[in-house]
Amino acid sequence: MSPAGESGQLELHIRHKSYRVASGGRLHVLGEISFSLANGEVAAVVGPSGCGKTTLLRIIVGLDRDFDGSVLLPAHGRLGIVFQEPRLLPWRTVEENVRLAAPQAGEATLSTLFATLGLSAHRRHYPGELSLGLARRVALARAFAFEPELLALDEPFVSLDAALVERLRAELIELISRRPTTTLLVTHSIEEAIGLADRVFLLSPSPARVIAEVPIERPRSPRSAAELAVIRDKLRVAAVSG
Amino acid sequence: MNPALRLGSVALLVAAWLVGSHLVGSRLLPAPQTVALAIINEARSGALAFNLGVTLLRVAASFTIAMAFGTVIGLAMGRMPVIDRLADPWLVVLLNLPALVIIVLAYVWAGLTESAALIAVALNKLPIAIVTVREGARALDPSLDEMATVFRMSGWTRLRHVTMPQLAPYLAAATRSGLSLVWKIVLIVELLGRPNGVGFEIGVAFQLFDVTRILAYALTFVVVMLAIETFLVQPFERHVSRWRIRPA
Ligand SMILES: Nc1ncnc2c1ncn2[C@@H]1O[C@H](COP(=O)(O)OP(=O)(O)O)[C@@H](O)[C@H]1O
Ligand SMILES: [Mg+2]
Repeated sequence: MSPAGESGQLELHIRHKSYRVASGGRLHVLGEISFSLANGEVAAVVGPSGCGKTTLLRIIVGLDRDFDGSVLLPAHGRLGIVFQEPRLLPWRTVEENVRLAAPQAGEATLSTLFATLGLSAHRRHYPGELSLGLARRVALARAFAFEPELLALDEPFVSLDAALVERLRAELIELISRRPTTTLLVTHSIEEAIGLADRVFLLSPSPARVIAEVPIERPRSPRSAAELAVIRDKLRVAAVSG
Repeated sequence: MNPALRLGSVALLVAAWLVGSHLVGSRLLPAPQTVALAIINEARSGALAFNLGVTLLRVAASFTIAMAFGTVIGLAMGRMPVIDRLADPWLVVLLNLPALVIIVLAYVWAGLTESAALIAVALNKLPIAIVTVREGARALDPSLDEMATVFRMSGWTRLRHVTMPQLAPYLAAATRSGLSLVWKIVLIVELLGRPNGVGFEIGVAFQLFDVTRILAYALTFVVVMLAIETFLVQPFERHVSRWRIRPA
């Protein structure tokens, strides 16, 4: 990781990523993927399940360095991540889980964060006592308390019911608007992507490459069904022609 | 277990002891009240407390040494395959060396000293501690490790809040099996080369064929170790696993 210029928070150039598999061969997961994110931008990467989205995020946050290409991040930039599974410490309470990741966070910050995410009543609970929806919120709280320069979200809404997704999405939007954070959301759902992002990158099936890039005007605002349909069509056309 | 049932079982043991003592004669098996009287006499003279204390200190010291080294080596072996491959043959040798051989060699090489005694006991416990902790280290969850990396947790935070809680059940198992092993070996070490302690007293009593004294010391010490298990080890285990208990 080396410093990026004033221009942005993330410059990503991946040429090739493959995994060694048990049978001895290599599984080609990512092809050419290049994009950059400006300060405060919220982008989404959309692709079918198994196309390599989690792999992409792991490369960006530096957990996987075995790839061909480069990731440029701001010097000393803090990266927050919400993993696909909440990855909480089961032996620590909700509050301890957040504080351990963000020891610098003050009580005021934390109580606002917990209040926004509806976690105030659960501070003393252990993760084993939480539903998946609540555990996801704790993972979100942890990532925000960490005050990252770049926030990466890996399918944060998967396997939650529709009403809960809608609430969580609203909470996420509130958090991002309160503390502008460059955000990269990875999901298999176009709906989730266009509900949140300024820009959507469409990935092909594995080996993934970017097949379309669609800017979204007026993101994170309530839209009519007709507006949504227009955006969806645009994405579909882009996917076919890409 | 039901306390009444437990008490009944102890009463049955005492009754069997009483009957046995009548059958084989009080020289071979003194009656419970004779042993109780001997315990009171030893306690009055201060010898009981002194010898128990000395032995307990040796148990504590050698147990601590073995657990500390066992945890560090076990963690290293469980996490780093190179170290595991290097150290494994040593471990196998140590595991299969009889306790008596280790004790005798320690006394021969280092003299009949306190440190030789402690090292001999610790060396007997060490390989089992290593094997148990290594098992725990191999079972560490890599996804939590990644979480700690991304959130830049310090080495100390990781050890205390991520690694140790995962190792806790293994450390508890090593503690349980370790304490009962260590105190038995401490008695042998004392018998062979120390001028005091429960093992030494039992050795003297053996030479005088004084079964009453042997039983007096052995029983008191068993009670002390049971108390440690009940009032120290078990509450500690409950404390570290409190997060598993889900209030309804
Ligand atoms: N550590 C790994 N070793 C081998 N194959 C892997 C590994 N991680 C993921 N894969 C494979 O790479 C592909 C992409 O995985 P992933 O990035 O998790 O996809 P997504 O998050 O888009 O569902 C899948 O076929 C998966 O089986
Ligand atoms: Mg995934």
